[in-house]
Amino acid sequence: MPLNKGKRFVERDRSWHPVAYTPGYKTAVARSPSQPLVSLQSPSISEVSGPDFQHLRMGSHDNDLLLNYREGKGQDGLPVGERIIMFGRVTDQFGKPVPHTLVEMWQANAGGRYRHKKDQYLAPLDPNFGGVGRCLTDEDGWYRFRTIKPGPYPWPNGINTWRPSHIHVSVMGPSVSTRLITQMYFEGDPLIPICPIVRTLNDPEAVQTMVGRLDMAHSRPMDCLAYRFDIVTRGELQTYFENV
Amino acid sequence: MKQPNSTPTTDLMLRETASQTAGPYVHIGLALSIAGLPPRQEEIWSRMATPEADGQPIEVVGSVIDGNGDLVRDTFIEAWQADAHGEYQCDFDLEKPFNSFGRSATTVESGGEWSLTTVKPGIVNAANGKPMAPHINLAVFARGINMQLNTRMYFEDEAEANAACPILNAVESESRRRTLIARREESEDGKVRYRFDIRLRGEGETVFFDF
Ligand SMILES: [Fe+3]
Repeated sequence: MPLNKGKRFVERDRSWHPVAYTPGYKTAVARSPSQPLVSLQSPSISEVSGPDFQHLRMGSHDNDLLLNYREGKGQDGLPVGERIIMFGRVTDQFGKPVPHTLVEMWQANAGGRYRHKKDQYLAPLDPNFGGVGRCLTDEDGWYRFRTIKPGPYPWPNGINTWRPSHIHVSVMGPSVSTRLITQMYFEGDPLIPICPIVRTLNDPEAVQTMVGRLDMAHSRPMDCLAYRFDIVTRGELQTYFENV
Repeated sequence: MKQPNSTPTTDLMLRETASQTAGPYVHIGLALSIAGLPPRQEEIWSRMATPEADGQPIEVVGSVIDGNGDLVRDTFIEAWQADAHGEYQCDFDLEKPFNSFGRSATTVESGGEWSLTTVKPGIVNAANGKPMAPHINLAVFARGINMQLNTRMYFEDEAEANAACPILNAVESESRRRTLIARREESEDGKVRYRFDIRLRGEGETVFFDF
């Protein structure tokens, strides 16, 4: 399937996504191209094909962040924080499920600290939490992770700038054209509208595509809350006529 | 019920989930060894070809430079290329000698360089059937990059194929086309190495594509 010969995708709306040059997010200034992107009028197989990860061997707890860091360490503790299920469906812009695609995620712990050698934030590391997960979507495009809700954290942009609680999410989709990295925010978080990274988007409706919604129906009583985060990747166009 | 033809076409279709920067800690999720995390059963990384793969073994190295001329030491790179016969190997399997997909990163420890161990790709045809010169598709992610930047790396020693490549020729400016050509270097151990530096902004800015 991912060879996608002759396939095309709906054009990416570059004004819906954040543009490259966003001075409110200071790091973007020196890292944004000043020249326009060169548009490929007829994408080739190099753009419309992509990797299929159905043969990537994964551990049984790769999508369970409550358990996957302690594995092999002889530890039996659980991470600190609000236990949550994060789940959703990956579809394309026409609502067609994206099956068997790789979804990867990473996040800070409940105190807002990442297990990364570069993160020096005051909040302590959690000995039972790594902060990375991955899984493949099922036949109908569904994915699921079990984790804890990450904490907000400060970062140097303005003098007092904080990231809202967020989980970084990476999805491959059927081709390198659909490749997408985004962040899931939590419904109702007052830090969302004042975050310079969220504000790289111009359209408030586009921000709504990144908000995970509390889903009581999928929560587990006396165990964990659930947040639903559906992901939409570029629509695959059907070709009905031969190009001559 | 609404008249179908009165609905703007954009309403008939969902909007794509918006992009956000991969951030400074992208390695935790996608490049665990760089973050200092233990590897899982299998990881996707920079060895795209084993010595058993068909074709000419090559190393590809490069740095990423920002608009101030400084090295960017926290990028994450994804590569997508055809095998030596010009076929994309979509089925990712670490037991195969070659995979079309690879990942790398620039770090402080690596001197700000990313690298890939692969083979020189073969010729792949464009949508119109015309051959494209051998190339590696690269996507650059980093803190400060709001959406990945897509580029292509071509080979200096394929001058004839490069001159005829329809995608290279879609770049009007000759001096900008040159930003897509990797230089060939011989390394001390006799391996063939190509250097491809990516300039995000300003002088010698690399061409980035939309597709
Ligand atoms: Fe983050």
